[in-house]
Amino acid sequence: MPTTIEKNEIIIKAQKGWLRIDFKELWNYRELAYFFVWREIKVRYKQTVVGVAWAIFKPLTTMLIFTFFFGRFAKMPSDGIPYPIFVYIGLLLWDYFSFGLSHSSDSMVGNANIIQKIYFPRLIIPISSSLIGLVDFAVASIVLVGIMLYYRYIPNIVGIFYIPFLLFITFLSSVGLGCFLASINVKYRDVRYVIPFFIQIFMFLTPVIYPVSMVGAKFKWLLALNPMTGVIETARAIILGTKDVDWQILSVSMIISAGLFIFGIFYFRKTEKFFADII
Amino acid sequence: MANPIIETKSLSKKYRITHKEAYFTLRDSIVNCFKSPFGIFKKKRTDSSKEDFWALKDVSFDVNPGEVVGVIGRNGAGKTTLLKILSRITYPTEGEIRLRGRVGSLLEVGTGFHPELTGRENIYFNGSILGMKKKEIDKKFDEIVDFSGVEKFIDTPVKRFSSGMQVRLAFSVAAYLEPEILLVDEVLAVGDAEFQKKCLGKMKDISKGGRTILFVSHNMSAIRNLCSRVIMLEGGKISLDSDSETAVSKYLDQNLTLGTSISGKELEAKIEGYINRANPSIRFKEIKLLNQNNEPCSIFNSNEAIKICITYECLNTVDSLRVNICIVDEENREILTTTTVDDEKEVNSYRKNAGVYTSICYISPNMFGEKRLFVSVHLEYPKVEHLVLDRVLGFDVIFLGYNNISAAFKNSFIRPRLKWETQLLDLTNR
Repeated sequence: MPTTIEKNEIIIKAQKGWLRIDFKELWNYRELAYFFVWREIKVRYKQTVVGVAWAIFKPLTTMLIFTFFFGRFAKMPSDGIPYPIFVYIGLLLWDYFSFGLSHSSDSMVGNANIIQKIYFPRLIIPISSSLIGLVDFAVASIVLVGIMLYYRYIPNIVGIFYIPFLLFITFLSSVGLGCFLASINVKYRDVRYVIPFFIQIFMFLTPVIYPVSMVGAKFKWLLALNPMTGVIETARAIILGTKDVDWQILSVSMIISAGLFIFGIFYFRKTEKFFADII
Repeated sequence: MANPIIETKSLSKKYRITHKEAYFTLRDSIVNCFKSPFGIFKKKRTDSSKEDFWALKDVSFDVNPGEVVGVIGRNGAGKTTLLKILSRITYPTEGEIRLRGRVGSLLEVGTGFHPELTGRENIYFNGSILGMKKKEIDKKFDEIVDFSGVEKFIDTPVKRFSSGMQVRLAFSVAAYLEPEILLVDEVLAVGDAEFQKKCLGKMKDISKGGRTILFVSHNMSAIRNLCSRVIMLEGGKISLDSDSETAVSKYLDQNLTLGTSISGKELEAKIEGYINRANPSIRFKEIKLLNQNNEPCSIFNSNEAIKICITYECLNTVDSLRVNICIVDEENREILTTTTVDDEKEVNSYRKNAGVYTSICYISPNMFGEKRLFVSVHLEYPKVEHLVLDRVLGFDVIFLGYNNISAAFKNSFIRPRLKWETQLLDLTNR
């Protein structure tokens, strides 16, 4: 007699091959993701004097240094935008991406003790690790408003509404890549050492300190394969309203980030079943 | 009859043991490559460094709603693996489980506790990770804090808590988890005796509430207390599935040889006190615990006599020798002390010629309550040598009670059968 599957029934059996993603379950655990983010933020600024202001410090100093070296000395073109604004927008989004990427790829190993002791959809961990970066993003954005006021730039109001969308693309690519690297990190801890290096190099392959227009049309497509290219270029275009959105580059970014996300989380799900055993 | 709430069908779990470090790095691979350049090719053929190990093999059982099932077995028998699979931390290699209800698992007390966070913050995070909704935690927050007894420090980072306080807070969160199926690993082994009692009481309440509990423990008295049914695992297989009395006594029987005697190097390593190493006069040879049938034993029913046998050697003539035994509890408090010279016969044999002797102490039946007790032994040659074996062997007493009605006050240290008399002095006329 075949037994029917009842409501609430959980079946546990050997898992083989690619697994589907249970979005309903993920949704049920959304509070846990919130608590992960909340915990990380609380912990990060405990016993610090200036607290969350540290989120401003890094992009601000990087911006100042870049402005000094690339803007002043190297006379880097910036599409007619004051270089500090130009580079700060790039840094804001780049920092969110790199934070999400490095945090999510280290997240499984960092939470090994929890993984070995309790069940919850494992995807919650890399996803919430990337979400933490949004808080830093929000705080550091205040500085952007300040710089723009200083240079008497009026932000493009319509452009503001694009930002969540751009953040979403960034989120997809950082989580996608992060999940993939997190799975590898569980088995090969080399990932830990490779990531900071990788991020550093990757930044120069992203138009953070230079505009896409500086690269010849021949290599533009190569640059567009990097999802952050479309995101950063679009952000500059829409926030300042100085030029039109390059939809071609943006669509490539969208497709690539979606691809990275799907590949990353499926690869994660495929390897997830071994995590507790080998971490 | 309703469907079983847990249905486990021929569950197996294989682990692959690598006889190398489990921590791979690229560097290791490169180094290995230099060490034996052809190793890469060789490995594929022989692969002798890997070995399969079945932590669980063909385990099937059903649990009905409301049952409280104990899982017992020696270390490595597969208890924790079973619980880990049931709580979906790891997946089985073969077989299938159906769970019909919300599962809460408690494999560790305080999973995810962060030392920097305050007690309050940790309650929320820990509760959430155990599967509680924020609303539920809000509602139960006061009860949780109350149960833990750390309300004064609730807004202090837990890194400033004593470890006992941390454990209490952590267990309290878990205690208010309300799943239909609760999986509990040996978590009661932590905390002080009073708190353990409180925890066991809470578990009992939970089970009375009609929830299903699977409880892994080495603590036989907790198992007897809590569980109606016991599954015994041995080498990854179910060796017994029966009522708890039968299973516990069988388990205890099997463990007869465990911890019932100590001798040789192991014993020597434990000797403390005033020792003349250059010119030894007395030495311990063996300490063992026997029951009234002279079988080695480490768990005694309260109605059995306990024999403590101390074998020692006098290496030359010893003018006066005393053997003392002290029974202590888990916190090393003295419960009972006795010495050879308490016995008149022994007083006359103060003096001993060189040779090997055994002194046996008979502890009468009906002496102790249900406790874990330890034996400390002193071998004393006044002014020459004084050898001490501190808590050298331990044993459990299971209190059976003196009538068929109850085994009341079983947790008292001394629970002897004493004479009672009640007299009627005067009838009150109404």
